[in-house]
Amino acid sequence: MANAEEPILEVRSITKRFPGVVALDNVSAQFYPGKVHAVVGENGAGKSTLMKILVGAYIPDEGEILFQGQPIHFSHPREAQEAGISIIYQEFNLLPERTVAQNIFLGREPTRYGLIDQRQLRRRTRDVLKQVGAEDMISPDAEVKSLSIAEQQLVEIAKALSFDSKVLIMDEPTAALATHEVEILTRLIHKLIEQGMAVIFISHRFTEVFDIADTITVLKDGQYVATAPATEVTPSKIITMMVGRELDQYFPRLARPEEIGEVMVQVVNGSNNKLHDINLTLRAGEIVGVAGLQGSGRTELAQALFGVAPFTSGQLTLKGQDSHVKSPNAAIHARMGFVTEDRKAEGIFPNQPLNDNILVSVRALQLVLGRIKRNGTASKPHLVSELVKQVDVRTPSLTQEVQYLSGGNQQKVVLAKWLASTCDIFIFDEPTRGIDVDAKASIHEMIRELTQAGAAVLMISSELPEVIGMSDRIVVMWDGRISGELPAGASEEDIMILATGHREQEAEAAVETAV
Amino acid sequence: MAQISTPAQERSLWDRFIIGLRNIAPIYIVLILLLIGIGTQNPTFLEPAGFLNLLRRAAPLMVLTAGQLFVIVTGGFDLSGGSLMSLTVIGASLLINNDPANTWWAILVLFGIGILVGLLNGVIVSYLNVPSLIATLGMLLALRGAGLYWTGGAPRGYLTDNFRMFGRGWLEPFPVIERFPYAVLVLIVVSAAAIYLFNQTNLGRQLLAVGDNPRASRLAGISVEKLRIIAFVLSAITAVIAGILQGGFGGVNPDAGEGYELQAISAAVLGGAVLLGGRGSMGAAIAGALALEALFTLLNLLGLPKPLRDAVQGLIIIGAVAYAAYRSRRTR
Amino acid sequence: MSALTWSNMRSRVRESKIPPVYAILLIVFVSAIVLDAIFGRGQITSGVILTNMVVRSVALGIVAMGQTFVMLAASIDLSVAYLISVTAVMASYLMQGDPARVPLAVAAVFAIGGLVGLINGLIVSKLKVNPFIATLGVGLVLKGILNASFETFVGAVPRSFQTLGYGTLGPIPISILVLLAVTLISAFVLSRTRFGSHLYAVGGSEITSRLSGLRTDRVLILAHVVCSLTAVLTGLFVVSRLRSGAPWVGTDGLYDLESIAAVVVGGTALSGGKGGVIGTLAGVLIFGVLDTMFNQLGVDTFLKQVLRGAIIILAVASYTVRSKEKAA
Repeated sequence: MANAEEPILEVRSITKRFPGVVALDNVSAQFYPGKVHAVVGENGAGKSTLMKILVGAYIPDEGEILFQGQPIHFSHPREAQEAGISIIYQEFNLLPERTVAQNIFLGREPTRYGLIDQRQLRRRTRDVLKQVGAEDMISPDAEVKSLSIAEQQLVEIAKALSFDSKVLIMDEPTAALATHEVEILTRLIHKLIEQGMAVIFISHRFTEVFDIADTITVLKDGQYVATAPATEVTPSKIITMMVGRELDQYFPRLARPEEIGEVMVQVVNGSNNKLHDINLTLRAGEIVGVAGLQGSGRTELAQALFGVAPFTSGQLTLKGQDSHVKSPNAAIHARMGFVTEDRKAEGIFPNQPLNDNILVSVRALQLVLGRIKRNGTASKPHLVSELVKQVDVRTPSLTQEVQYLSGGNQQKVVLAKWLASTCDIFIFDEPTRGIDVDAKASIHEMIRELTQAGAAVLMISSELPEVIGMSDRIVVMWDGRISGELPAGASEEDIMILATGHREQEAEAAVETAV
Repeated sequence: MAQISTPAQERSLWDRFIIGLRNIAPIYIVLILLLIGIGTQNPTFLEPAGFLNLLRRAAPLMVLTAGQLFVIVTGGFDLSGGSLMSLTVIGASLLINNDPANTWWAILVLFGIGILVGLLNGVIVSYLNVPSLIATLGMLLALRGAGLYWTGGAPRGYLTDNFRMFGRGWLEPFPVIERFPYAVLVLIVVSAAAIYLFNQTNLGRQLLAVGDNPRASRLAGISVEKLRIIAFVLSAITAVIAGILQGGFGGVNPDAGEGYELQAISAAVLGGAVLLGGRGSMGAAIAGALALEALFTLLNLLGLPKPLRDAVQGLIIIGAVAYAAYRSRRTR
Repeated sequence: MSALTWSNMRSRVRESKIPPVYAILLIVFVSAIVLDAIFGRGQITSGVILTNMVVRSVALGIVAMGQTFVMLAASIDLSVAYLISVTAVMASYLMQGDPARVPLAVAAVFAIGGLVGLINGLIVSKLKVNPFIATLGVGLVLKGILNASFETFVGAVPRSFQTLGYGTLGPIPISILVLLAVTLISAFVLSRTRFGSHLYAVGGSEITSRLSGLRTDRVLILAHVVCSLTAVLTGLFVVSRLRSGAPWVGTDGLYDLESIAAVVVGGTALSGGKGGVIGTLAGVLIFGVLDTMFNQLGVDTFLKQVLRGAIIILAVASYTVRSKEKAA
C-alpha cells in the first residue's frame, strides 16, 4: 500500500566529493508519490550530481538512499531503472536511426518462437505511448530522428513508463521546448502523478517550476537550503534563496573609467539564422558580460564573432575597420581569441603535449612549412614556460600530455594558447565551468589582467555571480536577441527578468531603474 | 598564491636518462633484437655491405611508410599507395620507351601524376566528405586499372639502366666501404626530409592536431581541409619514390607495389601510430618498416617457408596493437 | 493525375523504405540500356545477358551480405578474401572429386569459417584492437598458412557439387536462388531477430546499448561469425565454378575491398548503425550492371576498373557530400 505520507524515495545526509570540489554537502530530501518535486539552484549547485546519485550513476561518499523504505545501492543506471527509478537526461539516450518501438524495448524485445514479436512490440509500444498521451502523435514505427525534440522526450518518458517506474527524474525537461510543448508536458506530468508516480525535475525556469511543482527544494553550492510547498513561496523568494548569498567570492576590481579605451568590436544589426539584430560594442579595457538562459543565443553570438557561424547580414567593425570574419582563421588573424564552452571537444588536443597545445594558434598564423621552436616562437623562444608561469599551469613538465592535467589546468592551457597568439580581443564562453574554486579565482584574476593590459573581453557565463562580479557592463540575451543591457553591479533579479524575456515591459522598466 | 611547479630542467641527469629511456618507442628495441637475431644467424648481414643490402631491400617500404604516416596521424588511411607504386613502374617503362634520354622528364611526369593522385584523394576526402578508406580504395581500383590500360594488359619493354640505378645501382667508389647503394641514399634523404617535416615544422604539429581534435583545430585557426590534402599529396609523392626504387630493384612488373599499402599501415602502427589519428612518430614508423623487413629476413634465415612470414607478420601486428590498447586502457 | 508529381513520387518512395541506392541502380541500369542501344548491340535487356549479369554478382553478393553485418556493428572485415581462398582450396582438397566426401568437406570449411569469425570477433571486442588491423592480421595469418601448405590448384570438386555454380532450377540458375536466399535470410535476421535489432543498436551507439543492458561484445562477435560464414559460402560457390581451388582465388577477386565498397555504396554507413542488406544487394547489382554494360560496349577491361573506382567514390560522395560531420 502506497501511503502518501511515506516518502517513496529519500536521501539522508548525502555527501559527494570530486577532486577539488564538494559537489554535495550533507544533503537530505524526501520525495513523495503523487507529487511533483522541483529541485532548483544555480549551475554548480549540485542538482545534477544529486540526480546521478539517485540512479546509481555516481556512488555517494557518505549518506544513504532509501527507496520504499529500504536502503539501496545501485551500481548501474539499468539497476535503478529495473527497480523503478528512471531518469531522462537533457541529452536523450535514444538511437536516432531506430524506431520508437525498437528504442523503448531495446534489450527487452518481446519474442515469439525466438523471433521478435512485431505485433506485440507495436501493441506494447502503443500502450505506453497512450499512457503519455502520444498515441495519435507518434507512430511506433517512426524513426526517432524524424521526431521533434518534444516528441523524443515523450518517447523517453514512455520508455520510463514501460519499466513501471515509480519515480521519474527529469533534467531540465523544458529547456528545449516551445511554450505549447511545455503545456503538453505539464499536463502529462499531472496525469502521471495522479497515477501515484513521484516526479522529480530540475529546472531554471521559475514560471514552469511554479506551474508544475508541488514542492520545491533549493540547493546552493552543494548545500541544502530549504524545501517548501510551492503554494507557500514566491518566485522572488526562491531566487533570493538560490542566489541570496553574500558575495563571499573574491572578484578582481572593475575597470576604472580611464582604463577603458577605443572601440575594438562593433556589431551593427548583425543577424544570421540564429541571431537577430545584434548591436554590440566592445571597448579596450573592459569586460562585457553576456548573460542568458541556455538556447538564448549566447554561444551563437560568440561563434558569429569568431567566424564559426558568421553573421550573414549587418556590419562588423574590428578596431575601426570593416571586417568580414568568415572563418576562425580570419578571426585569429584579427587577433581574436575564443575560449570555448566545451573544452574537451573544442579547446584542447588531449593527446598532444602541453607546449604544442599552447603554440597551436600562433603556429596556425605562420607558414605551414615554417620551422618550429619547441617551446616558443622565433622571437620568443621561451614563450611556453613564460606563459605557463603567467597563467600558473601546474604540470610536471612542458611536454606533459594535456589529457593528464586537471580541468582547471586545461582551461589555463587554453587561455595560454590565446595569450601566445597575442590576442587583444578575447571571447570567453563559460570560462570557469567545471573548475574548482581555487582555479576559478585565478582565472578571474587573469581575465581582468587581460583588460588591464588593454584587451577587450566578452565573457559569456550562466553563473550570475560571475557575470555580476566580473563585468563592467552586462548584456542579456533572450531568443537570439539582445534583450537588454545593464551596468556593472546589476542585481541577479534584473538579469533574470531580462533573460526570461516573458515580461518585456518589466524589463524595460528594470533597465530604466538600473540606469 | 601560486605554487611553483617543478620545472623539468631541475631533474637530475640520471632521472632524465631513465625517463628518456622509458620514452623510447618500443619498436626500436624490437628492431635491435631482430638485428641481433639476424646477426646470430648470419653475421654477414651486420657487416656494412650486408646491412646496406638489407636497407636497400627495405627502402621502398620505409619510404612509403613515411608518407603513409602523414595521412594516418590525421585520422585517415591511404590505400592507393601500392597501386600508385605499380603505376609508377609501368608508367616509367612506357614513358622512357627504352631511350635513356627520356628518363629525366619521365620521372618528372611520374611525380606530376603522383601529385595529381594525392590532390584528388585529398579533395575527395576533404570536400566531398567521403571516408578516406573508401576514397583511396576507389583510387586503388582506378589506378590499378589505369596502369593495366596504359600497357594494354602486358607491360612491355624494360627499364633503362639510368632509371634502375636508383633502385639497384651503387655509388662507386665510396670511402671506407667501397660502394654505397643509391637506394639507401634516397632512403636517407627521404627519411631526413620526412622527419624534418614531421618534427621540425608547423606541418607535423598541425597534422597531429587535426587527427587529435578536428573541431578544436578549426577553432585554433588551422585549415583542416588544406592539411588533409597536403598529407595525401605527401603520401602520393612517397609512393612514386617507392615505385622508382622498386622498379629499379625488381624491373617491370605490374604488381610491383601490390600489398605495400597495407604493409605500410602495419609498419606505422608497429611504430606506435594510432589509427584514428593524433598520435604517431615518424622515426618510429620508418623503424617499424625496417623491423618488418628485418623480420622477413630473420624468418627466411631461420628457414621458415616464405609464405609463413605473412602469418607471423599478422600475429605480430595484432599483438602490437592489442598491447598498445591494453596499455592505454591501463593508464586511463 | 496531378498526384503524380515528382515531389509526390519522391515522398512516396521515401515512405516505402526503399533504400535510396535503388535510384542509383535505376539510373545506372537505364543509362546502360541507352548506351547499349546507341553504341552497343542493344541486347542488354535480353534474358541471357540479364541472367549472366546476376550470376556474375553472386560471389561478391553473398560475402557482401556478411560484410553488411559487421559494418552495421561499426566493425569491418578485411579477412574475407583470404577466407574465401582457404575455403576454395580446402573444399576441393577434401572433396578430391568424390561426391561422398562433399558433406564432410562442407562441414569442415564452415567449421573453419566459424572459428575464424570467432577469432576476429574476440580480437576486436575483447582485445580492443582496431577492426581494420585485427582482421587484416587474421587475413595475413590465413594467407601465410594457406600459401605455405598449397601452391597451386589442388584437388577437385565432384561434378555433382558444380550444380551450385552451374545448375538451374527450371530457367533460373541455382546460384541466383542462393544469393536471393542469403539476402532474404539476412534481411529477416536483421529485422526480425533480437540479434539483428541489437546489431543496429551497438553500431548506432555502443554506450546507449550498454546502458540498455545489451552484451555488446557478444553481438559484435556473432556479427563477425556471420560474416565469416558468408565468406565460406562465397568460397564454396567460387570453387564450384572453378572446379578446383587455388590459393589466390579470393584475393584475386578483391572480395575484401569490393565487398566493403558494395556495402557502403548500398547505403550502410562506415560508422555503423544504419543501412541494411537490401541496399547492399543494390550495391552489388550496380557493379554487375556496370560490368555487363562495359562488356556489351566493348570497353577495355582495364578501363572498366578505372570507371569502377570512380563510380564507387561518386556513389558514396552522393550520400556524404552534404553531411556536416567531416569524415577522416
